[in-house]
Amino acid sequence: MPELTLVEAVNLALAHELARDPEVVLLGQDIGKAGGVFRATDGLWQRFGAERVIDTPLAESTIVGVSVGMAAQGMRPVAEIQFMGFIFPAFNQIATAVARMRNRTRGRITLPLVIRMPFGGGIHAPEHHSESTEALLAHLPGLKVVIPSTPARAYGLLLAAIRDPDPVIFLEPKRIYRQQREYVEDDGEAYPLEACFVEREGSDVTLVSWGAMMKETREAAERLAQDGISCEVIDVVTVAPLDVATLVESVQKTGRCVVVQEAPRSGGVASEIAAELAEKAILSLIAPIERVTGYDTIMPYPRTEHRYMPTVSRIVEAVQRVMEFH
Amino acid sequence: MATAARGGRKARPAGTGGELVARFEVRYLRFLDERGEWVAEPPAELLDPELQLRNYRDMLLLRRFDHKVLMLHRTGRMGTYPGTMGQEAVGVGMARPLTERDVLVPYYRSATDLYVRGAALHEILLYWMGDERGSDFKAPHMKHDFPIPICIGSQLPQAAGVATAIKLRGEQGRAVLTAVGDGGTSQGDFYETLNVAGAWNLPLVIVINNNRWALTEPTCAQTACQTLAQKAVAGGFEGIQVDGNDIFAVQAAVAAALDKARRGQGPTLIEALTYRLCAHTTIDNAARYVPKEELEAANAAEPLVRLRRWLQNQGILDDRLEAKLENEIKDEIEQEVELALNTPLPPPEAMFDYLYAELPEKLWPQRAEVIARERGTGDA
Ligand SMILES: Cc1ncc(C[n+]2csc(CCOP(=O)(O)OP(=O)(O)O)c2C)c(N)n1
Ligand SMILES: [Mg+2]
Repeated sequence: MPELTLVEAVNLALAHELARDPEVVLLGQDIGKAGGVFRATDGLWQRFGAERVIDTPLAESTIVGVSVGMAAQGMRPVAEIQFMGFIFPAFNQIATAVARMRNRTRGRITLPLVIRMPFGGGIHAPEHHSESTEALLAHLPGLKVVIPSTPARAYGLLLAAIRDPDPVIFLEPKRIYRQQREYVEDDGEAYPLEACFVEREGSDVTLVSWGAMMKETREAAERLAQDGISCEVIDVVTVAPLDVATLVESVQKTGRCVVVQEAPRSGGVASEIAAELAEKAILSLIAPIERVTGYDTIMPYPRTEHRYMPTVSRIVEAVQRVMEFH
Repeated sequence: MATAARGGRKARPAGTGGELVARFEVRYLRFLDERGEWVAEPPAELLDPELQLRNYRDMLLLRRFDHKVLMLHRTGRMGTYPGTMGQEAVGVGMARPLTERDVLVPYYRSATDLYVRGAALHEILLYWMGDERGSDFKAPHMKHDFPIPICIGSQLPQAAGVATAIKLRGEQGRAVLTAVGDGGTSQGDFYETLNVAGAWNLPLVIVINNNRWALTEPTCAQTACQTLAQKAVAGGFEGIQVDGNDIFAVQAAVAAALDKARRGQGPTLIEALTYRLCAHTTIDNAARYVPKEELEAANAAEPLVRLRRWLQNQGILDDRLEAKLENEIKDEIEQEVELALNTPLPPPEAMFDYLYAELPEKLWPQRAEVIARERGTGDA
């Protein structure tokens, strides 16, 4: 088994579940014969047929609404939205049905469905192909919002998402779709959906991020280690509902926290993390929690998107500030 | 005019008889065939040599422009770009009959109609190079025209909104022209627009660029309908199909529909049948999914050659004039490309300065930070 990229690991997990469970069906635009615009479903139509890997009309509300109906019959639809920026025609379905059906019917109808989509900037794509609006989804009670940052996590978390009894939004950081290769065993082992990954232990400061920004966060931790600053690095993975306990435990140890998020600054997941830590770990904190984020603006188009994206140096500077705070 | 579709042709009756209460027909409009020969008599005003030479020149320019953009992309100087090759008659034919008082609400594959409308090539280039200023059309008569929308279908209810404003204000002689792809007709926004346009009898013309593909999906993956034009039936107004490779047919249909709208006689849906002779965008490889024979047939029916043949047969165009046009076109494209490539980046604060009429206090520190970072002081 060769080493896989993140998007290849997504493909592997989809193939595994299609083979394991006849109720699993993929739906989306251009996902069939063409294998999807990022090749996430490459070869699956050929292998599993047009009734398991379905090309839909160009209508996101159709994709999600139809998934709701199928899931209500006990099928396990895995819907693909081509880019996160095109979720909005389906937002009505997500907010008024996907997130609510279990609650609305007091558990009589449940929706074991997954909505996958690539998200995030830095790939020089046109408008609506670069945003990070995970907070819009994370804000809806009834949804789980999961974001892998390595090939192995993409595989294990996508298995878990498909097997979960509730709807899961699965956000794929496309900037790192092909950036890292890793050995991924096709063992069908799901990862837990409700846990953060503490991927580097440290004692001075807790660095928290998710998705593509994990790349910059890891690099910052490396760079800071050379200056003798020990960072604990946490990949949040499930931005809703948050694994608050792991975050609190880490901050109780380090006393400092920097949260890195690509999305705009205000009202995002980083704000929620900071609020939880302020409530639950205030006495452990020896410096203010810092957020390194995108700006509160529309994601600039490709010529200037670099001005928006958080960088390794911005993270390093923030860590230096919390280290120097007294 | 041939009849392209009749209601009920495919549908099987579900019930047990009953009286026939409705019926529909869709007509197909075509004047000039692939060989450049008339199959029907076009409206006399379209036979004006100057007009058709102008149409030809613009179509040729857009064909050359498409190629130029592809080359720029290959050398890393251009972002993702949706080509218009093969669809020039749709864009040029639809934008030509617009008056300055009308409003254009384009879809995203629309360099053709935007150019004819008056957008400069460097504006179109800047937009697709990833510069917001490309949507700030400088031609004064484009003041109310909408920018390129990427979210498929979203422009349609907005176009209905512009038409509603025109209607509520009782403005005679103004209409709205909008466009959508064949794939875009699957969106709820498309059907909602048909509905409101019919219900309110809006001065709106919707052109469907049916180029047979929505990215990798053929039109039959979108709909069971025999024509897309017949979707107007559900809106309660007229839908017609035209040969989208025949500029005479496109222009005649759109001109008549705009006239009707300007007179307060309501909306029209026009399905222009053409073919995407290029890839979906500069980052797509259409050879992976477009059948070769289909592409060959489409190439034989393309819009530019037939207009050229007709102009030549009329003695309007000869080799000398063709060479002169090519030179003029080359110069214009080169100049506009230079202009776009040499446009400096906007200042960093531009990412804040167009968010609101007045920047809220909370955002001033962020604005200061991006300026400081750009200056390299990094002190924010
Ligand atoms: C709401 C939305 N969903 C998906 C996309 C991605 N997308 C861009 S173009 C395209 C196909 C459009 O096909 P069609 O409407 O036929 O227009 P054409 O590209 O052929 O001009 C798709 C799926 C999008 N831009 N917007
Ligand atoms: Mg199309």
